[in-house]
Amino acid sequence: MSSHDQTSTSSGPPKGIGPMQRREMWLAYMMLAPTFAIILMIVAGPLMANFWISVKPVQLADLRPPTVLVNERARGRPEAAGDSATLEYRLRNSSQDEEIRNVVLTDEIPAGFELGALPEPCSVTGSVLTCDLGTVEPGWRDRLQLEGTVSDAFLSADRPERASEPQIAGEANNVLTNFDFTLENFRRIFNADEFWSVLRVTFYYTIFGTGGALVLGLFAAQLLNTVFPGRGVLRGLFLFPYVSPVIAVAFTWVVLFDPFSGTLNALLTKMGVVADPINFFGQRAVEFSFFGLSMEFPLALTTVIAFEAWRYFPLSFLFILARMQSINTDMYEAAEMDGATPLQQFWYLSLPQLMGILSVLFLLRFIWTFNKFDDIFLLTGGNAGTRTLTVDVYEQGFALSNLGAGAAVAVVVFVVLVTFATLFIRFSPKEEGL
Amino acid sequence: MRPGSVLLTALTGLIWGVTAMVVIAVTLTLITGEVALPQATAAGLAGLVSALVFVWRQSAGTRGGLPAWGLSAGALFLVLMAASFAAPFGLSLGTTPVWQGLALIVFVAGVTAANRISLGGARLGAMSRYEREVIYIRIAKGIGFVVFTIIVALPFYVMVMTSLKSQQALLANPLDLSIDVSQGLDGLFRSYVELFTQFNFGRYLMVSAFVSIATVVLTLLFSVPGAYAVSRLRFPGQAFLARSVLLIYMVPAIVLVIPLYAVFSQLGLRNTLTGLLIVYPATTIPVALYMLQGYFRGLPSELEEAGLMDGLSRIGVILKITLPLSLPALASVSLYVFMIAWNEFLFAFMFLDDPDIFTLSRGVVSLNSSEVPRQHLMAGAVIATVPVLVIFLWFERFLVQGLTAGSVKG
Repeated sequence: MSSHDQTSTSSGPPKGIGPMQRREMWLAYMMLAPTFAIILMIVAGPLMANFWISVKPVQLADLRPPTVLVNERARGRPEAAGDSATLEYRLRNSSQDEEIRNVVLTDEIPAGFELGALPEPCSVTGSVLTCDLGTVEPGWRDRLQLEGTVSDAFLSADRPERASEPQIAGEANNVLTNFDFTLENFRRIFNADEFWSVLRVTFYYTIFGTGGALVLGLFAAQLLNTVFPGRGVLRGLFLFPYVSPVIAVAFTWVVLFDPFSGTLNALLTKMGVVADPINFFGQRAVEFSFFGLSMEFPLALTTVIAFEAWRYFPLSFLFILARMQSINTDMYEAAEMDGATPLQQFWYLSLPQLMGILSVLFLLRFIWTFNKFDDIFLLTGGNAGTRTLTVDVYEQGFALSNLGAGAAVAVVVFVVLVTFATLFIRFSPKEEGL
Repeated sequence: MRPGSVLLTALTGLIWGVTAMVVIAVTLTLITGEVALPQATAAGLAGLVSALVFVWRQSAGTRGGLPAWGLSAGALFLVLMAASFAAPFGLSLGTTPVWQGLALIVFVAGVTAANRISLGGARLGAMSRYEREVIYIRIAKGIGFVVFTIIVALPFYVMVMTSLKSQQALLANPLDLSIDVSQGLDGLFRSYVELFTQFNFGRYLMVSAFVSIATVVLTLLFSVPGAYAVSRLRFPGQAFLARSVLLIYMVPAIVLVIPLYAVFSQLGLRNTLTGLLIVYPATTIPVALYMLQGYFRGLPSELEEAGLMDGLSRIGVILKITLPLSLPALASVSLYVFMIAWNEFLFAFMFLDDPDIFTLSRGVVSLNSSEVPRQHLMAGAVIATVPVLVIFLWFERFLVQGLTAGSVKG
């Protein structure tokens, strides 16, 4: 990053596009094209689609488009060549409230089956049966029966009607692609009592989680900024929470903090610190009085925030330590000569130097914490007053099976996020190169 | 004698006495399963006296006789035993005498060393602000090391030890994290064996390894040319493209999950590994591209120009010059992408229903039910954690080697 200017001054005439540069430009576009194609398809596309779904009345069950289900069987018991038999197709519209248009059934007539009279919508070309059923109503059921006689080929085959699967085509309204729009999803989420509390919890979680991770990271970086034996081991150890899979560490915390069989509660009760086990992840609030004022302490939320700070302090620790080690030590020697105390040196020399990286880390972690879903979902499932916006997306979309409402919450997440990102671009210090 | 200095010395000793006692008693409890009650008051008092003795001897500067630390260790031991009625851990000396003796030695050595380190150079007479602050910082750092080591190591210790216990032992005493050697290796690793034989974890491991490695390969295939183009070639819109890629990294997965779920359901990609192998690289390419382009910019462009002069094509330059020089960066990007793919939970959880193609994350989540004992869940967590930690520790060294080799710094 530091030698960025090397390339821009290295070659080429200052103005105009020569053939060399045009070739370079096309090469660059070709090299970037696959990346952009996949990003557009999997990130930008779904982002747009999310807005689309958020204004549609779509339930989880609507994802399966309505189709005509068909079941083919042979009836009658033909025993010798020349006996009569019936091929029967049972048809059913899978949807109770959508019609299906242009329904066409095609099937291979089994070998050895001599067709008699054909039902009205059907025709035969060669051995292929085609039945045009037109438009069928919601909840429609029907049977098509083909009468005929059989020959030896039919009798000797085991279940001859299974030789070919009947194919059925039809067009139905796909709830995802039609043009029904509704603002019901948004009305629903904004009117829900808990929405504003969800929003408040989200900001609580984001601000304190980010702050906690930064403070812990700064402290840890201070510890490891001196040289001592075992420093490398300790640095590796401090990174463990960040590199371990979220499922492993989240479940470990759940087991550790369990009120009945958890180590921590056993420790607290056996050593007489508390009388009864504390349900860290299951209890919404603890009441306590402070100088006669009765207050509520959000217990589960605080535990989740502590987890967030614990899991992500290594990231801020790494960046802060890297920045600390690049600070010139001459400054400290000069300050030492002038009689500055260690705390003064930290406050007036180190902290201003670290301000840039700290603010970048704060903004980045703020955005990532705001987006976090896995941690809270695995720790509490969003219960006990820990439901954030991201967990609400899952709750609405999948637990309550209302994809539209889930997408509407996701739109809220995205709008808040764009606001953050704009602030981030405006205020992030450029020299940190992040 | 200055009251301020005496107070600071006493406070230091008190803090170390109490801290060491609590930490050591809890450790003793977790190792032996006997509930030790830390005698914090006695330990605080002992630490206080021993700190005062140490600083008094140190500032007196007497030569000969016992060194200051030896005297303070003796005082520490005597006061602790007297104030706790010879039961420093609230246990009679008969229970687990070896462990208790060891804990006592660790306590005396720990408090003496902590006092000696934090109060080195301190006097009972007047001290300057500078000297006092040095002591504050030593205390704060010492506490910091203890606290950080505990909060990081304790959960992982509990994870590993719980996975080695049996259901009954866990319910009988959740504090007993000792290893019960009497049950033999079979009993010790029963949870692991059952996960592999009955819960299909061997398959989950294979699936996770396949998905993660495939994600790394796909990500590199896409991001290396992209990063090269953004950092080395000049074309209109270069800065805009480079920046917009990073912005995409900020889009939360939870916003993408509903549309992807809807579309993948319609296309039949939902319950497949192909679906995951489309989503994972798409979410890792932006960050890989960003990391690599930063690195490519730092490489001297003269080397590449020399290659171009000698008749190599651009592709040849990339393959023969840029990539070999970028091995450390490629390694760290691969590590990062591998970790993201291996640890990913949300998409695996939403997309996979078929137990035959579960990734490890998805497999461990399926263990989180009341029917599966806790030690199985923890064994699953260990199985998911160990590979990624091993690879991380191994690569960390590799990265340092690559960077210190100096090949890239011209």
